[in-house]
Amino acid sequence: MNSTLKRVSVACLLMFGLLMANVTYIGTVKADGLRTDSRNVRGFYARYAIDRGWITADNGKTTLAKTVDSGDKTFRFEREYPLGKPFTHVVGWFAPESASGIEAAMNRYLDGSHPDLVVRRAIDMVSGKPAKGASVDLTLNTKAQEIAYKDLAGTGKRGAVVALEPKTGKILAMVSVPSYDPNPLAQVNKAKVNAAYNKLDKDDNKPLLNRAIDLTFAPGSTFKTVTSAAYLSDDTSRDENTQVDAPDSLPLPDTNISLPNYHGESCGGRATLVQALTISCNTPFAIMGMDVGYDKLKEQAEKFGVGQPLEIPLGVAASNIGPDEGKAALAKTAIGQQSNQMTPLQMAMVAAGIANQGTVMKPYLVNKIMGPDGAEIDGTDPDELDEAVTPEVAGELTKMMIGVIEHGTGGAAKLPGITVAGKTGTAETLPGKPSHAWFISFAPVEDPKVAVAVFVESGSAGNDATGGAVAAPIAHDVMQAVLGQ
Amino acid sequence: MTAKRRGAQLGMLAFAVLIVMGAYAGVGLGINGKIPSGMLGYGLGLGGLMLAAYLVLAKWAPWADPLLLPLVTLVNGLGLVMIYRIEQAGQPGASATSQLMWTALGVVMFSATLIVLKDHRTLQRLTYTAGFVGVVLLAIPALLPGSLSEVQGAKIWIRIGGFSIQPGEFAKLALVVFFAGYLVAKRDVLALAGRRLLFIDLPRARDLGPVLITWGFAIATLVLEKDLGTSLLLFGAFIAMLYIATQRTSWVLIGILLFVGGAFLAGQVFSHVEARFNVWLHAEDPALYDAGGGSYQLMQGMFAMGSGGILGTGLGQGYPKLIPLSFSDFIFTATGEELGLTGLMAILMIYALIVERGLRTSLAARDPFTKLLAGGLSFILAWQVFIIVGGVTRLIPLTGLVTPFMSAGGSALLANWMLIALLVRMSDAARRPPPQAIQDEGLTQVMQR
Repeated sequence: MNSTLKRVSVACLLMFGLLMANVTYIGTVKADGLRTDSRNVRGFYARYAIDRGWITADNGKTTLAKTVDSGDKTFRFEREYPLGKPFTHVVGWFAPESASGIEAAMNRYLDGSHPDLVVRRAIDMVSGKPAKGASVDLTLNTKAQEIAYKDLAGTGKRGAVVALEPKTGKILAMVSVPSYDPNPLAQVNKAKVNAAYNKLDKDDNKPLLNRAIDLTFAPGSTFKTVTSAAYLSDDTSRDENTQVDAPDSLPLPDTNISLPNYHGESCGGRATLVQALTISCNTPFAIMGMDVGYDKLKEQAEKFGVGQPLEIPLGVAASNIGPDEGKAALAKTAIGQQSNQMTPLQMAMVAAGIANQGTVMKPYLVNKIMGPDGAEIDGTDPDELDEAVTPEVAGELTKMMIGVIEHGTGGAAKLPGITVAGKTGTAETLPGKPSHAWFISFAPVEDPKVAVAVFVESGSAGNDATGGAVAAPIAHDVMQAVLGQ
Repeated sequence: MTAKRRGAQLGMLAFAVLIVMGAYAGVGLGINGKIPSGMLGYGLGLGGLMLAAYLVLAKWAPWADPLLLPLVTLVNGLGLVMIYRIEQAGQPGASATSQLMWTALGVVMFSATLIVLKDHRTLQRLTYTAGFVGVVLLAIPALLPGSLSEVQGAKIWIRIGGFSIQPGEFAKLALVVFFAGYLVAKRDVLALAGRRLLFIDLPRARDLGPVLITWGFAIATLVLEKDLGTSLLLFGAFIAMLYIATQRTSWVLIGILLFVGGAFLAGQVFSHVEARFNVWLHAEDPALYDAGGGSYQLMQGMFAMGSGGILGTGLGQGYPKLIPLSFSDFIFTATGEELGLTGLMAILMIYALIVERGLRTSLAARDPFTKLLAGGLSFILAWQVFIIVGGVTRLIPLTGLVTPFMSAGGSALLANWMLIALLVRMSDAARRPPPQAIQDEGLTQVMQR
């Protein structure tokens, strides 16, 4: 019987071999798929087993997102957003199956899985403490952020405000309205979160979108600053006092239509650049645009950051002056119409670039990252994006923009005792629809501390909304909030 | 000459208890950072039990294989720790105290078997008694009303008052004894060759009787008790022993064909067999996952093992509560989550070693009955591990069986401890040095100093 016993032994060996091979297959090849299967709730549980790092602003003094130890065994650490709506689009939320904003973009620091944190994590593991993530401090100025939100949302407007520190690129404020309370999306109940999310998703006003960076809009007359920059740079003999043609109506080449000035106003046939920008004539800038040509205008826009991929670290929609569609189209592109589409962040970068003597700094939201023990792990160093114009041209543009505040359409942004430079914009949208209202500005001119872009969406501020009437007062309050400290 | 290796055995036994205590402490540390307060009690309890088992073994089976007891202690202890851990997770039905109590009774049965059964060959005389007992035990649940015998669709219990017994586990032992005795007696006849077909010598048609009868019982178990697992377990063991005894491959083929054919027919008539196959093949299908009696449990076990990965989450840090019945049929997957691939390989290795020691005993045995009994018991243990572990890891369709020594359940623990006692008894006989031959009577005996 020994020969058959030996064969049976081999059969037993084979059975164990098969079991071991199969277990190995599951534990290695299949493991990742099984671990991340949406029906495997362990990933969901694991999200709440980590003492997630906080999100702060004002150098750590203001808490925007915090982790609360609920004491519950399965869902121990829950997320709360004490300041709510004004910060939702930047801070984002940490939901059972997804995340947005900084919560998503900085997740690997916040949950401690980033390679920079590996040593601290190993120490926690050995000492048996729950894993603790790093905290992220944002560049936001909470006073400016809250006033911007209050000004926009308080009157039922939709739109966005972006404030930058021109010399560094720090984002001091980034507001999108309408906003929403992030706390319902951070519950540990999947069904409730899905219901809350679906309601927001179906809302016609699209509150989930961050209008400052997710969408692009026609910039209208605020884009005349870019056209002027291209025109001044094209010939160094030009300055703010150079005389340009300013007809009441400009027949567009190869078409039978004419471009008028806003509300058919007259600019007197000839004007200096300062005068043209101050009262925001359309025709001289259309002529300047056609004069420099599509390529140079596009190149100038790109130097301000248009079309450059940005991660702040949130993703930013690409701005674009539109395709080359001939002279008539170029005339409209030069005054911020046609296919010219800019994010509010991009227009803030234009203002900040002019303020910073022509150098555009890369915008960023993360001020520094602090380990669980409070020590700084990493800080963001300001970085140049591009030199948009020479300091001379920047100075000339600044003088033109001071004119807009002192004598022109941007009077509502005047600050007592401080020189402000700015530009209004009232961008036509679809025929028969109300315009978008824009305003970009910076102050103080001598030592710029803040550059702002305010965008108020079509129809949300009445049918006759203009940048000067609707957007400039908001920029005024935001600049005051930043400078008042 | 083989040595007794008793010191080594005691050392390994202590080591096994130590590993279990370490795991027990690990559970407490993993759950709330503290060593569980009952640790000393459990440790002394398990250590004392195993010391008692060792002393019985040393006295009544001194030549026994030194590895069997430590290996069984280790896997029984790890099962105990996992059940304690699952109880801590709050899964209803898991009770470490009751499992420890059953372990103690198992050790009592182990000792009693060793003490009472001085010579296992007595069992050969009880061949037909064992067969009768086995069949009765197997048949009782089928004959009892469902209220006394059915739990979650399987009619394999006897439930009286608060107690429930799974007679099939004991039937397993009795039937292997019967098969061994019967086959030793009839193997010469069964091995006679009939016609030759291709490369295989077919047995004579008239010898098919016993095979057909066993097959009939297996299929009856399947149909009447809805217990594919036990049916497969017993029939497989019978075929393996038939093969060992007769050395005829044709029996294996005939057996497999009969069983597959029977199961296929049963599958056509009874939906639950076909459902098992569907669940196995399409476990990840969302429709089957959500269906009642679908693949939910199987997939939860797979998720647990996948999440455990190579090293596991660590004891006390997984979610065994997510797997239905994680303390019984699916204890292997719950272990996989917390101890990872590494832990599962170790556990499979322990089982493989127990089986290997049993087969070695069988090879070393001096008489055919012992060979067949030891071989059959070893095979049925390996076969049971293969069916249940293969089932929960989706290697084969899932059929409910107990994971030997690990799953919660009194009957299985008692029966398996008795199985080990039989192997120990036979290894003692196999390893015991043969009596000294009496020297030639014609010569003067030499005095030995």
